[in-house]
Formats: sequence, C-alpha cells, structure tokens
Amino acid sequence: MNYLYFLYIEFLSRHGISKLFGDITYYVIPFCIIALALLVVVLVLVLVERKLLGYFTQRKGPNRVGYWGVLQTLADAFKLLCKENITPSGADKFLYNLAPILVFIPVVTALGIIPYSSEFTFVNTSTNVILYLILAAFPVLSIFLAGWASNNKYSLLGGMRNVAQVLSYELPITFVILGIVTLSSSMNLTGITLAQYSQKGIFGWFIIPCILGFGIMFISILAELNRCPFDLPEAESELICGYNTEYSGMRFAIFYLSEYTMLFANAMFLSILFLGGYLSPFGGYLSHMIFGESHLATIFVYFEQAFWLFLKSSLIIFGIIWIRATLPRLAPYDLLKFSWVLLLPLSILNLFFMVVYKFLSGGAL
Amino acid sequence: MKTRTTFKLNLGPQHPSTHGVLRLLLELDGEKIISCEPDVGYLHRGMEKMAENMTYIQYLPTVDRIDYLAGFFYSYLLVDLVEKAMDVKLSEKVKIIRVMLLELNRIASHLLWVGAFLMDLGAVSPFFYAMREREMILRYFERLTGQRMMYNYFVFGGVRHDIDFLEDIEEIIKILPSKIDDYERIITENPIFVSRTKRKGIITPDMAKNYSITGVNLRASGIDYDLRQNSELYQGFEFETVILNDCDAWSRYKARILEMRESIKIVEQALDKIKSFDALRQILINPLTLKLPQREYYNEIEAPRGLASCYIMSDGSEIPYRLKWRTGSYYSVNLLRELLVGNYINDAIAIAGSLDIILPEVDK
Repeated sequence: MNYLYFLYIEFLSRHGISKLFGDITYYVIPFCIIALALLVVVLVLVLVERKLLGYFTQRKGPNRVGYWGVLQTLADAFKLLCKENITPSGADKFLYNLAPILVFIPVVTALGIIPYSSEFTFVNTSTNVILYLILAAFPVLSIFLAGWASNNKYSLLGGMRNVAQVLSYELPITFVILGIVTLSSSMNLTGITLAQYSQKGIFGWFIIPCILGFGIMFISILAELNRCPFDLPEAESELICGYNTEYSGMRFAIFYLSEYTMLFANAMFLSILFLGGYLSPFGGYLSHMIFGESHLATIFVYFEQAFWLFLKSSLIIFGIIWIRATLPRLAPYDLLKFSWVLLLPLSILNLFFMVVYKFLSGGAL
Repeated sequence: MKTRTTFKLNLGPQHPSTHGVLRLLLELDGEKIISCEPDVGYLHRGMEKMAENMTYIQYLPTVDRIDYLAGFFYSYLLVDLVEKAMDVKLSEKVKIIRVMLLELNRIASHLLWVGAFLMDLGAVSPFFYAMREREMILRYFERLTGQRMMYNYFVFGGVRHDIDFLEDIEEIIKILPSKIDDYERIITENPIFVSRTKRKGIITPDMAKNYSITGVNLRASGIDYDLRQNSELYQGFEFETVILNDCDAWSRYKARILEMRESIKIVEQALDKIKSFDALRQILINPLTLKLPQREYYNEIEAPRGLASCYIMSDGSEIPYRLKWRTGSYYSVNLLRELLVGNYINDAIAIAGSLDIILPEVDK
C-alpha cells in the first residue's frame, strides 16, 4: 500500500496538514471504508437475492418500497433497528449478548485481508490464506454460542449441527487451498492472484488445472455459509430458524448482516483462488487500452481491478442463489457422509494432481 | 452406569412445517426420536355437534370447511348421502359436472401437497410452481361458484347452477400435463430428494391396515383400494388406480403425481361428455321441508386424503340427531406415533409431510 500511502501524505501536506495526522488516519480510513462498503454490499445483496429468488419462482420479488424495490432492505433494516431486543428467560445473558458481537468481528476482519486491487489490501501478511481460513471458520464458535445461550432446544440443535458441518467441510477446503498454494508457491492472496497472470488472460487462471478443486471448494463454501442445500443450522422447516430463533431486533440484524458479508467475502475469496482475483479476463486491462499508459490510466486500473473482482464474485453469488432456488435440503447424516466419504478423498486427490501438474509444468516445488 | 439422557421437544402447534396446528410431543436422544405423541384438537370447531342444531341446508355451507383444500368432496359426501336417503334420481349432466369438479379439486389438493412437501424438504421453487397451476384451477372455481375454497356449489338434488366457462377447463387440462412433467424433471430423480425420501417412513401393508390408513398412502403401500372404481358416480370413466409397492415417502410422492395424471384423464373425459348435453335440467329437493326418515345412514367417498365418510342418525326431524365424519388425515396423524420412532428430526418432517395431513380435517 506504499503507493497509496505516499499519495495520501502528499495530498495532506499540500493542504498544510501534518504528517502525524496522516500517519494516524491512514490506518483508520480503511476500516471506515470497509464498514461503509459492508453495509452497501449487504443491502444490495439481500435485495438481489430476493429479486432473483422471486424471478426463479415466477414472482416479482420486493417491488413496493422505492423504484424496483431498492429501498426494501433499508426499510427492513430500519424496522429491525426499531424492534425490541428480547432476551428469553433462562438464557445466559452474557453469552447471549456476546454471540452477535463475536460473529461480526471475524467477518469484518476477513474483508480487510482481501486484495481488492493491486495496491488495495488493508492487511497484507505473507500468510493471508491461513488467516482467512481461520477467520472464515471462526463464526461457528459464536453460532454455537448463540445456540447454547438461547435456552431453546431448536437453537441448540441448530448450533450443534453447525459445528458438525463446519468441522467436516473445513478439511476439504484446507486440502484444496494447499493445492492452490502449491501451484502459486505463495501463501499471500496477492501472490496467488499474480501467479495467475498471463498474457492469455483467462487461460492462466487456476480454475483451468484445478477445476476439480473449484468444485470441491464451491460445495464446501456452501456448507460453511449454511447456504442451501446445506442450510441445516437454520433449516426453516425443521428447526424454525435454528441458532437465531430467539434473536430479535438489532442482534438478529447483526447475524443477518454477518451472514451476507461472509457470503460476499467467501465469493471474493473463491474468485481470488480460482478466477484470478482482480485480474482482467483479457490479459491486459481495459483502462490501458482506452487511456494508454497515462497517469489517469494507473488510477483507473485500480477501479477496474476492483470491478473485475466484484464481477467474478457476483457470478459466484448468482450461482449460489440459483442453487438455493433449485435444490432441497440434505439430511444431516448425508451431509457428513458427503464430506468425509466423497469430498475429502477427492480433495486429497486434487492436491496430488496439483503437485504432479506443478512438477510437469516445470515449476520448482 | 451412566444412563443416556433424553429431552422432550414440542414440535408445534406453531411450527412452519406442521401444516397448521398439529402438535407433536417428541422425546429426543440427540436428534433421534424415541417416542412421538401427536396432540390434535387445536383447530376443533365442533363440526359434528354443530350439525345437531342445524337443518341440512343450514349445515351444508359449513361442510366445505372440513377440508378447505378439497371443499367439493365433503359437500358432495353430504349431498350424496341425503340424495341416496331420499332416493332422488339425478340427471346425467349433474353427475358428470360433479365428477369433473371433484377431480379438478383433487388435482388442486395434490398440487398444494407437492409444493408443501418440497417446502418441508427445503426446496422453495416447487411450492410456487405448484401454486401457479393450482391458481388456474382455483380461478376457474371462483368464476364458476364465486368462491375460491368454500364453494357451496352442490345442493341436494343437483348443483346450484349450470356449469360454464368450459374453455377454462380446456386450457387447464392442456397445460397441466406439461407442468407436471416439469415438476417431475426438477423433483423426482433429484438425488437429494431421493436420498431424503427413499426408504424413509415405510408403512408396511399390515401397518396400514392396522391403522386404517386409506387413500394415496394406502395405495402407495401396495394395497388396491380405491372407492372410485366401484362407485356409481364414476361409471363410464376410464382411469387406473395408482398402486405402488415401495411403501416409502418417495412412492407416496410418486403416487400423488400419477394420480394427478389419472385425474386429468377423468376431467378430459368428463369435458367431452358435458359438451354433448343441453342446458341443465334438474329437480332440486326442497330444503325447507327436507326431513330424513328415522334411520341410520352411511356414505363414503374417496377424498384426496383417503376415505371420507359421513354417518347420520336421524330421528325423522329436519335436523340430524347425530352426525359423524370420518376423515383420512385423522388416521394418518395417529400413524405418526409409530412411524416417526427411530428417525431423525429432519426425516420426521419429511415423513409427516408425505402423509398429507390437513389439520382442519383432523380436528373437524
């Protein structure tokens, strides 16, 4: 982020503001951006999902509040803010209030380590992938906490299901990521993105050699996000609403918010690992084609890179919503069997393939 | 020695997938069901006691409410009983109108079931697809009778007025088979659906007989029992009784799909026959002077949810002395006691859904 940092300091000094102020605010700004982006992303995502589900099922979806229903989620969010926070009697008050906060922290942090464009990663460590894995699996703790503290049997069952589910699907994800790490020789998300760069654009992406891994990872991410057909922890027709049955008002909104943020973060993660992250699918960037090698183009490239990343993750999210509209829910025992009997061996096989591929394509192991 | 602890779970009466207000008191070991106690009566409206204070024509409109998804069947049951008791000769056209409306209603009822069952299994889309087709049928009913669910169209000795808007029915039977193909394409061979329903909730033929299960649930257990085949009303109609031998939830689903196709055939034939008739001529029973002779009466029909029957004990006055309904769902609910034990919660939802239980019919 050095380039941006110098731009920022230079901008401040031109207006006579001290470097110290710049040093402090420089690290605060990203989190403000994340918080803002997160709200916008969730508001849009919820609307898009409801609209798409509506069209899939021959309805119109929300279309009353605002043009095309654009303000529907805002209205819903406002309603949730106004609602009373009910703590059920017999609930563990401390844990019950802690769970929504705990679910939110890793989700926001996960957004911070994603490279949105080549100069725009808030937290860039050499082992970002591992960090992301931990953050993605972390909400399971708070979901179980919510289920346990609610003093509701449905919540408890939902929480327990979630633990079993995430434990089973974490392993295939890890093995697939090991394959990607082997291919790219990097554990940094920017490094993985750059390893997929080639003049031929789309043909450099890891989805070409690692299509099996992409499939495994896609399915596992559905399970980790509790999305259909793996939405067992909040199976509506079985457990009413699973772990968040008892939550109302703002606490429920936070669960909802983190669920959709996690969906978006995971979709971005998937597109970074397999679809070349912020890279353009044509090899070169459109900005360079339009503006040449000017100073303007360098600025525009950042936006273009973010655009490609968002586009790819939107496609993945579209797939996830499509699946939700199509499939029934798996049974819990089938879900575990599916992971341990099919996905895990396949992911190990995938890792083996990746090592062989890397060896044959002449890369150093 | 450490004993395993179990806990009780109240499934319902306010639960998304109990289809109304059924309460199941489950004893669970983890997610496994050890015992199940169905508790009915949350929708009890005293339909039987009510009859003891009303004349037959006063009671007739309320009968549609016994099963609000198949209103024609129960009003037909009562009307038919009275007609048989009074020895009324019906015109042929009335009979065919009744067959056609009953079968259309059966399709509508099964369509809703397909949607609700898939909703229980976690699939959202089939519900809306099924509702779309059901809507066509309900629109037609609304055009014909003025009501979408509580029709009050059959009266003692005939129907309220002549049938009309036949072009609507033509369109329905033209569209419906392809739509049912669509459901089958998205549902029947879906691996998740199959794994959720195959070999789940097996009702052996013996069990079905012991619990007096009737209707599709019985026929999906391999027993050939369909009142329509021998009934006077359905004489002259060509259709097959759907019998499947797997006894599981999947075969109950398949049986309903196939039964819808058979019903479409019946509606087609009825439509052809109706066109050859002139305007309706019927002699209705005067409801104001209607008195059943002092005797006991019994009548039964094949409703969408199994055998439905009506028993009336008359003391010769204009109101029945005692009236009793027998509904298919009530016996299916009773079966849950045995059927759910040993299954997991998610299977329990699927199995209970596959029996097609409608709570107003259970509680009456």
